[in-house]
Amino acid sequence: MSISTGDVKRIARLSRIAVNDAESEAVLSQLNEILGLIEEMQAVDTSGIEPMSHAQEIVLRLREDVVTEKDQHEAFQKDAPQVEAGLYLVPKVIE
Amino acid sequence: MFNSSLRALSAMLAERKISSVELTQEFLARIDRHNPDLNAYITVDPEKSLAQARIADSMIAEGRMQPMTGIPVAQKDIFCSKGWLTTCGSKMLSGFVSPYDAHVIEKFNAAGAVNLGKTNMDEFAMGSSNETSFFGPVKNPWDRKAVPGGSSGGSAAAVAARMAPAATGTDTGGSIRQPAALCGISGIKPTYGLVSRYGMIAFASSLDQGGPMAKSAEDLAIMLNLMAGHDSRDSTSLVRDEEDYTRDLDCPLEGLRIGLPKEYFAKGLSPAVEKAVQAAISEYQKLGAKVVEISLPNTRLSIPVYYVLAPAEASSNLSRYDGVRYGYRAQGYGDLVEMYEKTRAEGFGAEVKRRIMIGTYVLSHGYYDAYYIQAQKLRRLIARDFSEAFGQCDVIMGPTSPSAAFDLGEKSSDPVEMYLSDIYTIAVNLAGLPGMSIPAGFGENGRPIGLQIVGNYFSEAKMLNVAHQYQKNTDWHLRMPSIE
Repeated sequence: MSISTGDVKRIARLSRIAVNDAESEAVLSQLNEILGLIEEMQAVDTSGIEPMSHAQEIVLRLREDVVTEKDQHEAFQKDAPQVEAGLYLVPKVIE
Repeated sequence: MFNSSLRALSAMLAERKISSVELTQEFLARIDRHNPDLNAYITVDPEKSLAQARIADSMIAEGRMQPMTGIPVAQKDIFCSKGWLTTCGSKMLSGFVSPYDAHVIEKFNAAGAVNLGKTNMDEFAMGSSNETSFFGPVKNPWDRKAVPGGSSGGSAAAVAARMAPAATGTDTGGSIRQPAALCGISGIKPTYGLVSRYGMIAFASSLDQGGPMAKSAEDLAIMLNLMAGHDSRDSTSLVRDEEDYTRDLDCPLEGLRIGLPKEYFAKGLSPAVEKAVQAAISEYQKLGAKVVEISLPNTRLSIPVYYVLAPAEASSNLSRYDGVRYGYRAQGYGDLVEMYEKTRAEGFGAEVKRRIMIGTYVLSHGYYDAYYIQAQKLRRLIARDFSEAFGQCDVIMGPTSPSAAFDLGEKSSDPVEMYLSDIYTIAVNLAGLPGMSIPAGFGENGRPIGLQIVGNYFSEAKMLNVAHQYQKNTDWHLRMPSIE
């Protein structure tokens, strides 16, 4: 199954990656090639096989619901593109 | 000195024949001389390294020495290291100074090892040639026209060129084993869950596993002793008794059953690699091992399965790069969505974007069962192939990579062609098994060839024993590229 330029735009939108018209043609052919490679899977009958989501059949541990980290927001915010008064700045989202 | 084993370096440090500061300076000088050409390191910070070396020297003076105390180690730039630029080979993190240490880094620091620098890698570990790095490709020390392999290509080249005694790597689909093979060094990807992923920048979390890269199996065992161990901050880190991975190095191989998967010696394998691997098997037979033909019938499906599961996990993991809390942010945007889209379009390279988009597609409504669930079912069949095979043999051997190192630029414009170069390594990650690569000869062009050894879960000590016995009887691992 192959995808269209419209699909590329939809996937790019879902991925939050801007793709312009010129790029989308190149991306389309590459994605179709990769999907062609993946397609080989579809021929195999897997009825009755349980999906394997993880390498080890382990049950994830739970821990006590207590604070384990100390407040380091100043150190962490040093890496942020835009910070003011201890808050991360983003474009206005609520009118 | 720069050719010495970890054990020899540790002995010299213990006997005060050299200090950690001197040893670190020696390697920093080699980095100065060779890195401008090889591009194996992204960040070198002599001041920081030497400060750690001074701490190591005082630990030694106080008699608080461990096997890795005072030894400089190159760290793959995927491991967050406090105060160090930690880029993961991406423009997205090209300004990211980590505020904390990965578990692996904490372990090296606590043992008094010296961080020699951060090594180059494919962007977010997505690649098999190191050509997707934002910081430019690494060159193979054996042949500057060749790729070093990937994604841990910087670590492999650094060890091969003796710009580090040992290094760390990570392996999601072959990223320790394939560059180790292509650069003529040794590397082991442990059983999934053995080495903590805390602070190891995530690519595909159900497959990612850190491990050591070094000149010999013995060095790997010493490194793994330090790197392995439970960490509550990684929810998939296994709780197990501490092991000494050097304990079985000297065991004889009499009676060892080596499984040779017929699918690993089929079409697509270069004659030079086949010849080298067969010669290694003959050497093992001389050491008393027996050969059993086995079958891993679903091998060919491992590539499509991997290219569904790994991108699916990556698309989720890499959603954190949004230009808000850390990392790159684009200039000139209107609303929040435009800021995300522009930031990610400019901050990620082409291969990372392709994988995020493939992952988003296979997880999207209407395709989830056909792709993602089908791939997870096939993953079980691939893992089952191995468990059946281990009923007949103790270790599995075969080529690490279908050919010796290819040329820079040879496969970079064809993603699918590049993906196929991981055909022998990917299934091991899907099953969560340990796998390693050791040097086993050279191709016609003088480029190294690796022998892959795959073991059952938690059989690292056995695999290292198998590799060490080969290295005691051959000298491929002692060869080094012709650089001063």
